[in-house]
Amino acid sequence: MSTPTPTNPQPGGHADPAENVENAIELKEVEGLSQGRIVLRRFLRHRGAMTAAVVLTGIVLLATTSIGWGPIPGWWQFNYRENLPIVNAGGAPTMSFDGGISIGDHPFGQDNIGKDVFALVMRGTQQSLLVMTIIGLVASTIGIVMGALAGYFRGRLDNLLMRFTDMIITIPIIMIGAILGVLVGGASPITLALALSFVTWTSMARLVRGEFLSLREREFVDAARVAGASSGRIMFKHMLPNAVGVIIVNATLLMASAILLETALSYLGFGITSPDVSLGNLINQYQTAFATRPWLFWWPGLFIVLIALCVNFIGDGLRDAFDPRQRKIPSQRKMAKG
Amino acid sequence: MLAFIGRRLLSSAIVLLGATFIVYMLLAYSLDPLEELYASSAPNRDQLIQQRIDLLNLDTPAPVRYLSWLGGAAGCLVGQCDLGSSWVTNQPVVTMLSSAIPQTVTLIGMSVVVALALGVTVGIASALRQYTGFDYGVTFMSFVLYSLPSFWVAVLLKLWGAIGFNDFLADPRISPPVIAGISLLGGLVWQAIVGGNARRRATTFVIAGAATAAMLTFITTTGWLLDPSLGPVVIGILGAAIAFGVTAIAAGLRNRKALYSALTAVGLGLALYYPLQFAFVNASALMIVGFGLLTVLSGVVIGWLFGGPDRGQSMRAAAITAVFVAILIFVDRLMGVWEVYSNSSRIAGRPIATIGSQTPGLTGDFWVETLDTYTHLILPTIALILISFASYTRYSRASLLEVMNQDYIRTARAKGLSERVVTVRHAFRNALIPLATIVPLDIANLFGGAIITERIFGWTGMGTLFIQGMNRHDVDPVMGYFIVVGTLLVLANIVVDFVYAALDPRIRVNA
Repeated sequence: MSTPTPTNPQPGGHADPAENVENAIELKEVEGLSQGRIVLRRFLRHRGAMTAAVVLTGIVLLATTSIGWGPIPGWWQFNYRENLPIVNAGGAPTMSFDGGISIGDHPFGQDNIGKDVFALVMRGTQQSLLVMTIIGLVASTIGIVMGALAGYFRGRLDNLLMRFTDMIITIPIIMIGAILGVLVGGASPITLALALSFVTWTSMARLVRGEFLSLREREFVDAARVAGASSGRIMFKHMLPNAVGVIIVNATLLMASAILLETALSYLGFGITSPDVSLGNLINQYQTAFATRPWLFWWPGLFIVLIALCVNFIGDGLRDAFDPRQRKIPSQRKMAKG
Repeated sequence: MLAFIGRRLLSSAIVLLGATFIVYMLLAYSLDPLEELYASSAPNRDQLIQQRIDLLNLDTPAPVRYLSWLGGAAGCLVGQCDLGSSWVTNQPVVTMLSSAIPQTVTLIGMSVVVALALGVTVGIASALRQYTGFDYGVTFMSFVLYSLPSFWVAVLLKLWGAIGFNDFLADPRISPPVIAGISLLGGLVWQAIVGGNARRRATTFVIAGAATAAMLTFITTTGWLLDPSLGPVVIGILGAAIAFGVTAIAAGLRNRKALYSALTAVGLGLALYYPLQFAFVNASALMIVGFGLLTVLSGVVIGWLFGGPDRGQSMRAAAITAVFVAILIFVDRLMGVWEVYSNSSRIAGRPIATIGSQTPGLTGDFWVETLDTYTHLILPTIALILISFASYTRYSRASLLEVMNQDYIRTARAKGLSERVVTVRHAFRNALIPLATIVPLDIANLFGGAIITERIFGWTGMGTLFIQGMNRHDVDPVMGYFIVVGTLLVLANIVVDFVYAALDPRIRVNA
């Protein structure tokens, strides 16, 4: 999955001469670097992840600066609420590429009552990004705390927390998401995101628990305990930093599924509902207009796919960067050759 | 062992109980059946509100209402199900479920089977070609599929897959540039899969490209799409190819006895082709299942008769080949009614359906009805499997790579086993074990996905039941939906635990 670069760091000490040479090269390469620098370095070399990071930054900047954020005005001339005179017949996009790019007044087109689709899509992107970020942070935090407690204390507490996790997992996520969406009913996206965070933490909790179960048997934990550190300190100062790799990777993947969950709920009418705008409810609103005004359907979908794809790629890059076992096994053919 | 089963069942029951309580409470607080009445301007508004409160027992606290619901649901254990009834339509939930469950279960069952088969195949192929163009292509594709919103894809499929394809069927001619393009693409994909050195790749590219072009030309010139059929000749050729392929994987082509048994199975299928057509006239689902079992049995017998030092391999190769040939014969028979089906008055030349799970008012024999089910299933299934296909691909790829790195694989290679034996016997089987844990999670996702897919394709299955219940502020149908889904998931989890323990001797059942 990683983009192989000739100098891909591959730790792992085996008495294989070829591998020893590689290890030597790689040891030289990481000499005097902290773990964080090594991870960062590997991530920066991951071509797919870097492209994704650049594209995602671009989308975030575009969405936040174009129509502004909250009271701060943006540089785009229209907002997503105004009904404007229709420029092209049927509200077709004014963007054209013949003889140089010109974006015109409504690059993504207009809907049947003249709203600017670019502004609508930007607003939807803002909302989706906001929901995605909040779910990513809050759900991860809940999951980390749950998993850490269960994995560190084991026994009855572990049993209790894991049975609770099982209960939440038994409920299909779209279903409980829809119920929570109705419960917070048309509230701000922040409330919706917080509500969804309370049901999306399960995978993180299981992962962190597994990690903690193995970490608590390690010597440094014993050392800390002998030195008189409290349980809280051991968990969050000593063990958590050692689990940070899996946590960050899982948080990224959680965010990718969060944006799909939010848009799906909004599509079904249980998430962000009109008059507010989300990429999901834009698609719901305009799906019938596909035959006559396809751009109403394409742009929101394209942005969902782009965001989710970028986040997934970044997650993959992070996984490769954090995983010290990443090493390339020569294929049969290569072994036969060399 | 019994104690383990008992404990496992008990803990699952507690989990399910807890989950129903959580869902009931959330529903009680989020759905407000009085909402429309508060907004109404009827003169007897207060009276209506009081009536509804009495009807739904809204005066009693929600946990008490949960207990009474639970009392009814507990009746299911002794055969007297009372899951309440919808207060909007007055229909008992059990009746609503009994019509909804078959549709959704068909959809989800089909999706799981197809996604697993395709996902594992592609994932394994991609792992065996690690760090090649094909591998990167598959990885990239699985990322894209992961990131596709299913509702968006479903709408697209409905518009292009159904309406577009139906329009195309009115005049099914593929223009030469399109044929050239597809053949080029097909050649590229095949050479990436087969791999090897430049010369082998070039040969594969030319052969695959030419074959694709020839096939497409044949399809467009003969109007095959309007009246498709395979016929004994094509079945024979395909069957022989399958026999060689299956033998190569299951026993190795060196094992002549296995190859001959597989080929005999194909011969038997061909010999029975015409007699079967007579038997098929009065076909029923039961008969097809019976034939299926007979097919496996005959394959096993053929393999056994050929004997040799390793009977098992011949039996396996012949049985698998026989199943594939039987599928070909079945598909051929289904194709036979395609023309009748698509020209019937209800279909009127637009066979790929976009709404519902069957054509209302369509009359026909078993074959027409089966075909009708498939034309309705195809698009929702595609929409549903995209995500699970991607996850199966990635998991099976990762899992096989992990296994290939183990010491026992090195040992197997070192003692001189052929690459086929190492991959199929030592690696592939062990790589499948972790997949068992993902299937129930995936089924849960599919149930969620079915809510969206059913809505877009107008199925009246369980997803629709759920959405309607939510929109009408109707608690009982939603609870009915959840009790079915939850029970299925819990059962799936238990089954997987046992499968896992059976597959992996390292996991002990500790009672």
